[in-house]
Amino acid sequence: MHVAGVGVISAIGNTVSETFQALQNQQSGIGALTLFDSIHQSILPVGEVKLTSKELQEKAKRRHPLPRTALLGIVAAREALTSSRIKHIANWRNGLLSGTTVGGMDKTERFFVDFTKDNKRGRLRNVVEHECGRSTESIAEALGVNGFLSTINTACSSSVNSIIFGARLIENDLADVIIAGGTDALTKFTLNGFNSLLILDKSPSRPFDASRNGLNLGEGAGYLVLVSDKVLKHESLNSLGTIAGFGNTNDAFHQTASSPEGRGSFGAMEKALAMSGLAPSSIGYINLHGTGTVNNDLSEGTAIKRLFAEKIPRFSSTKAYTGHTLGASGGIEAVFSLLALQHQCVFPNLRFQTPIPELNMIPQTTFEFAPINHVMSNSFGFGGNCSSIIISKNR
Amino acid sequence: MKAFINGMGNISPQKSWGIDSLLADPIAYEGTRLTCIEPDYTQWIDPKQLRRMSRIIKMGITASMMAMKQAGVEKPDGIIVGTGYGCLEDTGIFLSKMIENKEEALNPTPFIQSTHNTIGGQIALLLQCQAYNQTYAHRSFSFENSLLDALLHLTETPASHLLVGGVDEITGISHTIQSRMGLFKRKAFSSLDLFATNTRGTLNGEGSTFFVLSGIQGEQSVASVEAVTTFFKPTIEELIKGLSDFLHQANLTAAEIDFVLVGKSGDRDADRAVGQITSLLFSTNAIGVFKHLSGEYPTASAFALWLATQMMAENRIPPIVSVSPMIRPIKTILVFNSYFGHHYSLMLLRTCRDTR
Repeated sequence: MHVAGVGVISAIGNTVSETFQALQNQQSGIGALTLFDSIHQSILPVGEVKLTSKELQEKAKRRHPLPRTALLGIVAAREALTSSRIKHIANWRNGLLSGTTVGGMDKTERFFVDFTKDNKRGRLRNVVEHECGRSTESIAEALGVNGFLSTINTACSSSVNSIIFGARLIENDLADVIIAGGTDALTKFTLNGFNSLLILDKSPSRPFDASRNGLNLGEGAGYLVLVSDKVLKHESLNSLGTIAGFGNTNDAFHQTASSPEGRGSFGAMEKALAMSGLAPSSIGYINLHGTGTVNNDLSEGTAIKRLFAEKIPRFSSTKAYTGHTLGASGGIEAVFSLLALQHQCVFPNLRFQTPIPELNMIPQTTFEFAPINHVMSNSFGFGGNCSSIIISKNR
Repeated sequence: MKAFINGMGNISPQKSWGIDSLLADPIAYEGTRLTCIEPDYTQWIDPKQLRRMSRIIKMGITASMMAMKQAGVEKPDGIIVGTGYGCLEDTGIFLSKMIENKEEALNPTPFIQSTHNTIGGQIALLLQCQAYNQTYAHRSFSFENSLLDALLHLTETPASHLLVGGVDEITGISHTIQSRMGLFKRKAFSSLDLFATNTRGTLNGEGSTFFVLSGIQGEQSVASVEAVTTFFKPTIEELIKGLSDFLHQANLTAAEIDFVLVGKSGDRDADRAVGQITSLLFSTNAIGVFKHLSGEYPTASAFALWLATQMMAENRIPPIVSVSPMIRPIKTILVFNSYFGHHYSLMLLRTCRDTR
């Protein structure tokens, strides 16, 4: 099974090529909140996609007004499908698998302003798109995907899990072409939720740094087009890489915190490695979950040290660029992983200065060209959900 | 692909737990909101932990425990949950507070418990289960996606035991909003007369139904799930073709299905396609319905799978389910679900018991 196309939109670019330029030029997308009014507006920096919902609506070429999550998804998934050069997706057993945590929440929270005053008020059209699965259906309808549909919500590991499920459907010959990834818009709901947990940094986040003090919320979407060998050959497509291994575990430690030793993340990475049949030393780059919270980075770092021992591969968190895009992060970072393979490079962990004393691990701090054959990408979420995936260069 | 059902737990608007005989005493509701009959949770969950849990978490965990107890499994090799709406109660609380308090002094607990995967995460936490953990949130495909995932896993690793379920809750807020959308009946009637109404709208339902599935048949295996598939906004022709292909792949003809459990909702318009197909393809089959018992909700198909399995175990169709009578012992059941006429699914079930 192969990755035949990628598409991405986030705070650092509306297309794959804009994104790669920003990654190369070390341009972070973190800035002030402009999308909606909030008492946190001048206090909490965020990673916004630099398009208003109206502009996104036009870019997505949809007449029916859709939630931002669906629009971001349409833009990225369409880029993935177009770049794959599949001529007629409807000729194949196709599917769309999408991870999301907020779904149509941006519109629901507008509905609730009137509804909380009087439950006979609030425009119903703002709440009919609420369900997570509805955003997936809007993307499928925009792209002409008429086959299998699935939506996954395992919090921040949602879209890696959708890529894993897509890979398994193709491996088991239940589908030929699967668009898999995820999408999440920035909302007042999540901004206030994470703020109430006291894990949002008032400055741009510093993942894996001793001084790290929380995450910045971001938004965006990232999708891969996964195809069977048969489709690749029949449609004469390029293979950008293969999904070599994956692991999904539960930390089973706490609803929101990771275990100190990172037992869930260790298990996910270990399973992914075992499935790929690769030695730990074969991994050329790890795209960390690396949110920038005190808890996550220490736990993830501890697990990586235990798994890779003395030979830790190059690693970085790209969340200092994009913010934490929640359910979209696994999809976006899978696209980054494929860019690392395609361009034979690794991306810097912005704003890193001092290693975490307990770990003494130094991430990649510069953009650098290097031979990379296998990339590991981690995504962990609330509820203990931990997933890791290994994407390899096609030989 | 095959998934043997080794245990079930079901909390629903009917008496579906701790019973000797299936639907011996069907419960009728006045009005459009069917509410789960909940067990004494202290029998299943430590009271200290119980206090912090929302209703959907309690229902999810308890139905899981019931299924595992029946299957004799203490810790599953994977937890797969389908929920269309997720944890609505906590979502509603956090949203309302955020607006009322103008974003200030918010309690994080409802936010933490608002995500769909809280149910699967809490089950894992309680069981200290670090195995595969997945949550599907695709409207009325949520449970079917979960079942397909389980079938794939059991093909890959047959000897494992997976906990698979469908859970959705009604809240005051969700019922108000969906009523305003016109999804439910306008006039009051007894819920058991749902299919006599011939008007628009259905009944609002909820439930928590869990199964312990294995790829290997065991002593306690009642039935096996043989296949599952979904259709989004199909034309009637596409749906007929999809159904025929599904049966063909299972080496069955429509007439060979011993019982068809149809997920009609009582909505005159939404039920049209299902009605046409049932009379076209299943005119000679024994047929039953269930949404007058469970109400309509995204994971109502999990209730249907429980009902189908229970009917196989007892080799009996309760009169309240039956539309056309049982003509032979039940070896195969097709669950043919429809959700507001835009989502359809099929699940095929085969008995493990000798029914001669």
